[in-house]
Amino acid sequence: MTAIGWAQIALILGLVVATAVPLGRYTAAVAAGHVTFLAPVERLFYAAGGVDPARGMGWKAYTLAMLASNAVGFLLLYAILRLQGVLPLNPEGVGGQSAWLAFNTAVSFVTNTNWQAYSGESGLSYLSQMTGLTVQNFISASTGIALALALSRAFAAGAVKDLGNYWADLVRITLYLLLPLALLLGLLLVAGGVPQSLSPYIQATTLEGGTQTIPLGPAAFQVAIKQLGTNGGGFFGVNSAYPFENPTPWTNLLQCWAILAIPFALALTFGHIVRDIRQGWALFAVMMGFVVAGVAIVYAAEAGGNPLHIAAGVDPATGNMEGKEVRFGVALSALWAVATTGASNGSVNAMHDSFTPLGGLVPMLMIQLGEVLPGGVGSGLYGMLVFVLLAVFVAGLMVGRTPEYLGKKVGAKEVKLAMLAVLILPAFILGFSAVAAVLPVATASVQDAGPHGLSELLYAYTSGAGNNGSAFGGLTADTPWFNTTIGLAMLFGRYGVIVPVMAIARAIAAKPKLAASSGTFPTHTPLFIGLLAGVILILGGLQFMPALALGPVAEHLVLATGKTF
Amino acid sequence: MTALLRPALAVVGLFTLLLGFAVPLAFTGVAGVVFPGQAGGSLLERDGRVVGSALLGQHFASERYFHPRPSATAPAPYNAAASAASQLGPTSAALLDAVTERVAAAGGGPVPVDAATASGSGLDPHISPENAAHQVPRIAAARGLPEARVAELVVRQTEGRQFGLLGEPRVNVLRLNLALDALR
Repeated sequence: MTAIGWAQIALILGLVVATAVPLGRYTAAVAAGHVTFLAPVERLFYAAGGVDPARGMGWKAYTLAMLASNAVGFLLLYAILRLQGVLPLNPEGVGGQSAWLAFNTAVSFVTNTNWQAYSGESGLSYLSQMTGLTVQNFISASTGIALALALSRAFAAGAVKDLGNYWADLVRITLYLLLPLALLLGLLLVAGGVPQSLSPYIQATTLEGGTQTIPLGPAAFQVAIKQLGTNGGGFFGVNSAYPFENPTPWTNLLQCWAILAIPFALALTFGHIVRDIRQGWALFAVMMGFVVAGVAIVYAAEAGGNPLHIAAGVDPATGNMEGKEVRFGVALSALWAVATTGASNGSVNAMHDSFTPLGGLVPMLMIQLGEVLPGGVGSGLYGMLVFVLLAVFVAGLMVGRTPEYLGKKVGAKEVKLAMLAVLILPAFILGFSAVAAVLPVATASVQDAGPHGLSELLYAYTSGAGNNGSAFGGLTADTPWFNTTIGLAMLFGRYGVIVPVMAIARAIAAKPKLAASSGTFPTHTPLFIGLLAGVILILGGLQFMPALALGPVAEHLVLATGKTF
Repeated sequence: MTALLRPALAVVGLFTLLLGFAVPLAFTGVAGVVFPGQAGGSLLERDGRVVGSALLGQHFASERYFHPRPSATAPAPYNAAASAASQLGPTSAALLDAVTERVAAAGGGPVPVDAATASGSGLDPHISPENAAHQVPRIAAARGLPEARVAELVVRQTEGRQFGLLGEPRVNVLRLNLALDALR
């Protein structure tokens, strides 16, 4: 590790903190309907949909509206992917996706996962990218934020049924938050070298007389929203490691900031909505604490290099560079790996599969802890609030007092629903991984032998169920088995959490808001921050320890003995 | 049901028109006018022919050129239409064999790590200044140039950290080899 490496990490995380303050306040204003600079466009949406944006919705209406918009988005995207071969804007003549792959891809982008079992430059037309995927990059992000707003409102007021209007939330978040930021970031990325073109691929004659096909495409705008909306789906196959997608350390800074900016800001938006900003900062502190700790472990592990390669005659000075790009080096690759997994983004600027065992363990664990550190846009906030309910419940048990949060008593029903939401992740990650580990149809896709092979399987379902989208890329994922099972993991990992969360929102909203008394456990203090971090680590992480011990931990111990597979 | 489907169809439909066509097409137009070079792939030309992109690495095998990092793309290295990494794990025997072979090819250790490992994209346009320095004697001998002259060229082509802080010092192999060809 070097001082200049840490200085780069500190700069990027510092930018995230600095921008979270205005972004958090602005998002709260958007959610309240106070931002109106595109009012004519907004009204067009309401008129076409026959929607009254001022009419509040109960939890059922809100959830059903969300499911309806996601279902329509899924069908549209599935159709585009299947038919891309006969649709326009396809200069390279790419054929349609298979039914399995199109199902997997459509689920992946609608659920904000962006797991990719295809490679963009060879498997998608410009129309699929620009119209199919980009639109879902926006809508899946606004969907998550809308749900988080609905849950936040449940804590804000006493005894209400109304959680807000889903359509108004969706349209406002997209038009006033995501679109302006994506345009600005997209333009900065083009200036930094990311292509934005509808021209066919270019044939270059190399200096040695060979030919090189240079792919192009409308990349910059899509890359901007892929990061801002914690989608993470690469325009090109290797994502933000592809030099066109992330050409310089400067574009890397912009993108790494964009991965973290909105999820962190939303913690403060929550503080504004419940009219107690300290509550937002408490959640923010827990999220940031895990990110910094994670970066420290990955950076140290990667900077240490691979002992086998050092013994074989590699200079140990710069650490483990297999699967990494020279322009980013070890420090910026470590930061990105933790940011993209903590934030449920899933884009990569280095290949996690080739990280050292401990360097690869941390990204996997960041997802397994529930995608709340800071988590995806919106989904991170509502996931974190689920852990908050469990933390106040644990605190209540310790002192024998009915737990409450922000003046809302937390009863058995809410705690049961919260546990249901938390258990979805281990059930689907460990369940599918266990089955896959003994099925020949699944193990045939594993590239590496030994403990690392198990890690590849475990990472795939972790990424799917956690709606992350990054991969241990050695796994051959474009098979009917993986397209289907990871597709199901993505669906349950998204909607299996959302439904209990919205039921919690209904139950919490209906309760009266009590004034704080001398016996109230304050939820903005360092004590609570520590308690919440402990609950996330134990409740979120413990059930994965046996699997991690057999995968990355075993590999770490084996590596020290010099054994290879 | 229609009360549910109408807004869903209308909102997704309008978003598709707005965010899937109108905005990206307008954005593409603006980007092409304001930043035509970058938007079009940062192409490099010599004698009026496109020889590559300043952002993408390309394959060099000749003794007369600086070599880029190992590339895992198929079917040939530096295939920009099918970016790929090796994805081999840290205890992979195949990876250790490849690293050992590359160390031997580079004349024995200690070899700069970027010369012995494949990049994340398979298209890494850069090598470390140490890697370039390691190759100077071979190129000087193949071209009949004084080593000092080639070494000086490497120093001139070395990019520092961006704004003095970001990223790692590096040398763009394609630009370096173009400059090498231009040496007289």
